[in-house]
Amino acid sequence: MNRTMKLVVVGNGMAGIRTLEELLKLDPDLYDITVFGAEPYPNYNRILLSPVLTGEQTIKDIILNDISWYTDNGITLKMNCRVTKINRARKEVVADDGSVVKYDRLLIATGSNPFILPVPGNDLEGVLAFRDIRDVDLMIDAAARLKHATVIGGGLLGLEAANGLASRGMKVSVVHLGNALLDRQLDTAAARMLQTSLEKRGLDFLMNRQTEAVLGDAQGRVSGLRFKDGSELATDLVVMAVGIRPNTELAEQAGIYTDRGIVVNDTLQTYDPSIYAVGECVSHRGVAYGLVAPLFEQAKVAANHLAFHGIGRYAGSATSTKLKVTGIDVFSAGDFNEGDGTEAITLADPVGGVYKKLVIRGDKLVGACLYGDTVDGAWYFRLIREAKSIAELRESLMFGEGALGDTGHAGESSVAGMPDSAEICGCNGVCKGTIVKAIREQGLFTVDEIKKHTKAASSCGSCTGLVEQLLISCIGGAADIKPKSEKPMCGCTEFTHGQVRKAIREQHLTSIAQTLRFLEWGTVDGCASCRPALNYYLTSTWPGEARDDAQSRLVNERVHANIQKDGTYSVVPRMWGGVTSAAELRRIADVADKYQVPMVKVTGGQRIDLLGIKKEDLPSVWKDLGMPSGHAYGKTLRTVKTCVGKEFCRFGTQDSTGMGIALEKELVGMSSPHKVKLAVSGCPRNCAESGIKDIGIIAVDSGWELYVGGNGGIKTEVAQFFAKVQTHDEVLEYSGAFLQLYREEAFYLERTCHYLNRVGLDHAKARVVDDPAGRAELYARLKFALSFTTDPWAERIESPAVRREFEALHI
Amino acid sequence: MNTALLSEWTPVCNIGDIPTQGARIVKRAGHDDIAVFRTSDDRIFAIVDCCPHKGGPLSCGLVHGHAVTCPLHSWTINLEDGQAHAPDEGRVHKIAVRVDGERIYLNLSTQG
Repeated sequence: MNRTMKLVVVGNGMAGIRTLEELLKLDPDLYDITVFGAEPYPNYNRILLSPVLTGEQTIKDIILNDISWYTDNGITLKMNCRVTKINRARKEVVADDGSVVKYDRLLIATGSNPFILPVPGNDLEGVLAFRDIRDVDLMIDAAARLKHATVIGGGLLGLEAANGLASRGMKVSVVHLGNALLDRQLDTAAARMLQTSLEKRGLDFLMNRQTEAVLGDAQGRVSGLRFKDGSELATDLVVMAVGIRPNTELAEQAGIYTDRGIVVNDTLQTYDPSIYAVGECVSHRGVAYGLVAPLFEQAKVAANHLAFHGIGRYAGSATSTKLKVTGIDVFSAGDFNEGDGTEAITLADPVGGVYKKLVIRGDKLVGACLYGDTVDGAWYFRLIREAKSIAELRESLMFGEGALGDTGHAGESSVAGMPDSAEICGCNGVCKGTIVKAIREQGLFTVDEIKKHTKAASSCGSCTGLVEQLLISCIGGAADIKPKSEKPMCGCTEFTHGQVRKAIREQHLTSIAQTLRFLEWGTVDGCASCRPALNYYLTSTWPGEARDDAQSRLVNERVHANIQKDGTYSVVPRMWGGVTSAAELRRIADVADKYQVPMVKVTGGQRIDLLGIKKEDLPSVWKDLGMPSGHAYGKTLRTVKTCVGKEFCRFGTQDSTGMGIALEKELVGMSSPHKVKLAVSGCPRNCAESGIKDIGIIAVDSGWELYVGGNGGIKTEVAQFFAKVQTHDEVLEYSGAFLQLYREEAFYLERTCHYLNRVGLDHAKARVVDDPAGRAELYARLKFALSFTTDPWAERIESPAVRREFEALHI
Repeated sequence: MNTALLSEWTPVCNIGDIPTQGARIVKRAGHDDIAVFRTSDDRIFAIVDCCPHKGGPLSCGLVHGHAVTCPLHSWTINLEDGQAHAPDEGRVHKIAVRVDGERIYLNLSTQG
């Protein structure tokens, strides 16, 4: 192994090590790495010090990277070893054990120091901070010997320290400068409830008290506190939890520019270009962050530049969410104090211990403060980050998202009360306990990491909301939860779906290779997640110009059949509007006999499914059927379900079957971000189930009603009323225009209901219903795209080159 | 197994018979199918066509870099050593490949 460059990391905490993990992913062999850590432990999860203090977890539980991780990655770890000097001229660091290590790149991740009040007596024995494992050890030790502890500071850290010491049997007083606890996280009403409930648990509060001095006894031990108002409090132990300060001492000594923290640019470089800094010690655009999520975002960018990839900029973080458990669920996000131009929806149940406040500005949710019941915190946080109109949700906003997933987990919508054995992911059989264990032991911070490690939420995704909740309940504010619109497409890139689409359109990119080059993809040729998405974005943006890449389609769309668990395929021929004939049925029966089809089944979309066909038989099965593909496998129009309509039905008001056939013939072969299902019912009795389709059409005597965004699958969604039209042609035009809008704007694998959730129904109405010229253009673009479609089965029966996919080599 | 058999290379097809970023299945009577892959850099790899997870046909997976993602449950298998990508654990048996000009040969004597 030829590692020519030397990287030294000062600081063995979460930010520094996360940067190394990101760097190793990009280029494991670039650097010879040395890590200095002042503490005698490998990297651990500082956020979980509170459960260690209460005794719910041990130090071992909160270690993120054990010693073997460093060894396995060839990293020299110097624990219990403090760097005392950076010599920038010689590019070396000097440590307190006398060692001198040279660097080509230096990463400073020294974190922050607890702020110690500058009052007399602050150095007495028995005055502690709450910052690291050593502090926790001292507190645990003190709790076993001493009686009365006083915590200065009624913020998150202070309350956690108080809660921990109380749970270890100490009598605890909390001294707070202001008149409300957690004043940065809660409004006064919620703070009051919190205080009452903590008082009931035996904590004492001394509000509006400014500490003037720590008093000591003759042996130099803490004996009490004196406040500005002259009053005194006797105590055996003082824990100062009044804030943190970026640890910039080393950088300052080395002459690196600092203000509140070490000043870095958007690539996390300090004023010395070979020195980077990340984490709590940093000041970026004037902001020093004290939460984990921003540190991780910084780590990603710093690693990218350390690996000489040179892409990615850190533009600051939206750190609105804070959530921790002091035995009581508390959640807040965004701007939750009412001000000018805002209104608040409040629910208060002091007896039940629940308080919720949602702050709205215009038609957007801008803040949330929840106390006692925080189940919907993640949902509110998403709504705040997405900043989309909540006008339609307003009436039910306070009642939460409701059932997070309607199928697969018995309607449960809250994970808090579930036992460890409760199944969270019904697809892969993953229980709550397994997920919690993985989060703790593997140090997971995102839903994607949980998917990878446990497989939970990795199939149908309906339990994603529950998994998010679990993540939040385990690691609190460190949970890295983002809406799809803000997440990178996959591990190959930093760009979001929206950014990639924009680049393809604006740069006129027409091939995957060109796109990967232009957007500087991190992998040679993408992965199984981004390639199908790119192929869709390219072909839908540039129909007739961008070539469809068969090798970037998943197997079903490549072989035009649906793969089954044993590697055989299902074949569903198209039956327009669900209408068939004796001749077709006879051919289907003959195929079933000839190929010994193990099962013939009627589908939910009014078609016939032949299951258990061998791959090599597919082309001859299609030939014998003599029917076009039913596309029962693709991200495309699936079926148009119909009822018989007025031709036969005594209630029918219109020819729903004819309308369904017309729609299906027009839209067949239409590629789309996800599957698309339609239905046409001949009267409001709605026998074709139009209410749960992407587009549902209901005939009435005076015309046709169009509904959009329904879904009968993972999450049952009732379609929303879209428009009422009079004529057959209008049904085609409105439906086509809506689908084209969806094709152009939705992210890959986003169903119409999720797309509409993101952009709002009003947006779709404005583009399709209210704008006749825009509607005509959308419809024309759809027709143009559809002009390139062919029947995939016919194509494969005829062309030997594409048939090769199905032919095995025999030896 | 004697050494004479070890040098037995069986011709299966030409490079051009496998689509770039694709695979072909090699069928043998009485043995597991073999998947022969061609990656975007025109390297050829062969593994038993059976995912260590639930036996999915890897030959039908999506090929990216020197890896293939199984079509059934998206396990990713490294084509160079047959090992599943972490955090999944498992290994597919690899078959030795020799390319002579356009012609692809497999060494079937080491695999049952």
